[in-house]
Amino acid sequence: MSTATVDIHDHPAESRVNYLNANYGIKSWLLTTDHKRIGLLYLGTITFMFLIGGTAAALMRLNLVEPQGALLEPETYNKMFSTHGIVMVFFFLVPSIPATLGNFLIPMMIGARDVAFPKLNLMSWYLFITGCAFALVAILSGGVDTGWTFYPPYSSLYSHTPVVIMALGVFIAGFSSILTGLNFVVTIHKMRAPGMTWFRLPLFIWALYATSLIFILGTPVIAITLFLLGLERLLHVGIFDPAIGGDPLLFQHLFWFYSHPAVYIMILPSMGVVSELITAFSRKKIFGYSFVAFSSLAIAVISFIVWGHHMFVTGQSIYAGLVFSVLSFLVAIPSAVKVFNWTATLYKGSISYQAPMLYALGFIGLFTMGGLTGLFLASLATDVHLNGTYFVVAHFHYIMVGGALMGYLGGIHFWWPKITGRLYPDMWARVAAVIVFVGFNLTFFPQFIVGYLGMPRRYAVYPAEFQVLNVMSSAGASVLAVGYIIPLVYLTWSMRYGPEAGRNPWGAAGLEWTTPSPPPTENFEVPPIVTEDAYNYPIKQPRDYPNAPGVARV
Amino acid sequence: MSEHSGDTGHVVPVSTYVLVFLALMAGTALTTGVAYIDLGRWNTVVALTIAVTKMMLVVLFFMHVKYATGLTRIVILAGFFWLGIMITLTCSDELTRVWEINSAGWGGIIPFLLHLF
Amino acid sequence: MAAHGADKHPPGFAHQFEDMAQQKEASTLGMWAFLVTEILFFGGMFTAYTIYRELHFESFVTGSHLLEVKFGATNTYVLICSSLTMALAIRSAQTGKRKGQIIFWLILTMILGALFLGLKLRFEWYRDYVDGIVPGISWAYNGPHAPGVQMFMCFYFFMTGVHALHMVAGLGILTVLVIMTARNKFSPEYYAPLEISGLYWHFVDIVWIFLFALLYLIGGRY
Repeated sequence: MSTATVDIHDHPAESRVNYLNANYGIKSWLLTTDHKRIGLLYLGTITFMFLIGGTAAALMRLNLVEPQGALLEPETYNKMFSTHGIVMVFFFLVPSIPATLGNFLIPMMIGARDVAFPKLNLMSWYLFITGCAFALVAILSGGVDTGWTFYPPYSSLYSHTPVVIMALGVFIAGFSSILTGLNFVVTIHKMRAPGMTWFRLPLFIWALYATSLIFILGTPVIAITLFLLGLERLLHVGIFDPAIGGDPLLFQHLFWFYSHPAVYIMILPSMGVVSELITAFSRKKIFGYSFVAFSSLAIAVISFIVWGHHMFVTGQSIYAGLVFSVLSFLVAIPSAVKVFNWTATLYKGSISYQAPMLYALGFIGLFTMGGLTGLFLASLATDVHLNGTYFVVAHFHYIMVGGALMGYLGGIHFWWPKITGRLYPDMWARVAAVIVFVGFNLTFFPQFIVGYLGMPRRYAVYPAEFQVLNVMSSAGASVLAVGYIIPLVYLTWSMRYGPEAGRNPWGAAGLEWTTPSPPPTENFEVPPIVTEDAYNYPIKQPRDYPNAPGVARV
Repeated sequence: MSEHSGDTGHVVPVSTYVLVFLALMAGTALTTGVAYIDLGRWNTVVALTIAVTKMMLVVLFFMHVKYATGLTRIVILAGFFWLGIMITLTCSDELTRVWEINSAGWGGIIPFLLHLF
Repeated sequence: MAAHGADKHPPGFAHQFEDMAQQKEASTLGMWAFLVTEILFFGGMFTAYTIYRELHFESFVTGSHLLEVKFGATNTYVLICSSLTMALAIRSAQTGKRKGQIIFWLILTMILGALFLGLKLRFEWYRDYVDGIVPGISWAYNGPHAPGVQMFMCFYFFMTGVHALHMVAGLGILTVLVIMTARNKFSPEYYAPLEISGLYWHFVDIVWIFLFALLYLIGGRY
């Protein structure tokens, strides 16, 4: 990778200056402009928000063990699913990989010292936590019961919950994500190291670039939409109000113009992570690099022309329905290209099954299932039956949790040694990954069945014949929760007690693995000059940690 | 990245700025005046044409896009194109809702087309 | 990494970059990307406007006739002047003029911007408030097409209101630029903050050009 020679026999981390110990004190963290520290600030924040969203989910699943509701009044249940959706979408999944791994890795992967606008990057974090604060205020004031979709006229005229405060929180968090996307686009265009051409970039960068395009083009629309909704709520009149000729469906159009591409914001970075994991743990270059790179762009572009498939049964014209249905089938194609190419990469690779790889393989299987079930929903006739049922819920959780979240966990594990300079215990990590996989399927597969049989979503109660499947789902949720808590424990443990990682414990290709772990503040001791393509296995730089893949166990 | 501390921004002559300014003022006067003439449905077309022309003048000269890189132009075009997607596809629903009860299938196309025109 | 006085980089250089050219390209691209987000932000309202204008044309004509073209036109002239003065301010920095000259053009831009807001507030919005045609705040209209006219007036206030907020932000940015110029931050080698603020200011002008055409001139005034 680099033309400079560096001593791979590192000094012990404690005696070497890196981005973690270069400055001490809370001010050095709260006023940092180092993209790596900002990534960690985000990591802490979104983990906290995940626990909040997860608690709401736990209460929902507890309630659903009995057909008449075991725990919550229907009004409270409505607040639970709304809180769960809002927090998980806007305050966890949307920022997850971009703001944590993206912030940390993008400059390193392209060979830069930092992002293009480091101070703007810090401001993005402050905006994000301000948005979180507003959301928490709304939750503590009782929470909204409109669903994460905020549809008027219920949200504008009838709901007696803190809609404006919650909408303001989402608005501010959205602005934060716009600035992050902007920062990434400019960074990737303008700050690549000499020799790092577009087609030598890791696929993670292509995925985050495509994601950033969606941030820039889509987020402003939900911003103005929620702003208009807030005005309508405050003034008791507005442009979605049927009394003055308004159309509530217009809100849905504007809302979904962002929110559909948003689901691709949530999955594309994960796909980027999977490309990195599959190549590293098959020790093989990606099959069809340019196809995978362009498929990220294609997903980003096509994602903007399919939003009406969320509105097939809400009163949209049948002609628009036809158009959106056909376009929605199109978006499956680039996604399928990725899955085929990952599989072809595995073929004849030298595969090892560390935790990150388990997460990546889980992603491929579960994302494929989620994606295929989307076809039933894209097809007009079947959607009439399935919309508004648990089939939809299962579909998107297979993608968001079975896909995006597993990719996120895989990435956190893969780059953990680089971020912290420590190794986590991989045995525990593999156990947790399997628990997550089992718990996930136990939670969400029954929901496909129960949805197909007609159980509606967003209901606190259900017909008694669905109880067995609901109990199974709730039991699965508790297994899943265990699977999520275990990494919290050992990752935290590893920060203090984990063995030191060297520069490249996995023996992976990529500029980020050529620098010490943890990296120095300016990322590279010697600014890199790139002369080779990505994933050029077998790599010349030696593995420098004895327990790297293929050797012994940890 | 070559090392040079000067920037290579193109300096636009003052005369160009003033000419563009006068064109914008004239365009404003024109669009205001035309509004007082009955052109039927063409009033909207004329007003929008003049507005787009004024926008192009501001973008090309005041915002220096005439002297800018291809990347800048692609970014601007992408912004407008995406706005176009939003308007077009939203209109594809909002303006095609035809709820007459009539024969199923292709028979529904005719009332829809009639409704549009 | 000490002894920056000895290196080739002028004041205002940010060290994540390799050189000033890269920095200028990055900040320009960044501002254009931000303006694209603004196109989509205002675009949501323009989309809604397009739909309702098509569906409720007569109401929109009636509502538009409640607005006075002379104020809309005057404000358009004012903003066009302010775009000229802004362009001249940037040009002054680009060509190495004294900071007093740059500040002169910036302050003139601010005066014109403030004039825009003052005219709007005093002669349009305040009068609308008195006349009872402000939806949700002061609504006493009982002429023809009342529901649709109220819808139109919602659009008028929401769109010009969001535009005015952007103008206020622009005035804030100009204030910062005046202070920076007074502190000798700018030179022909480094004037990117002026340039990119100019892009923002011109964008807000362009939005108004369309708002004038679409809100004030619907259906003609014949």
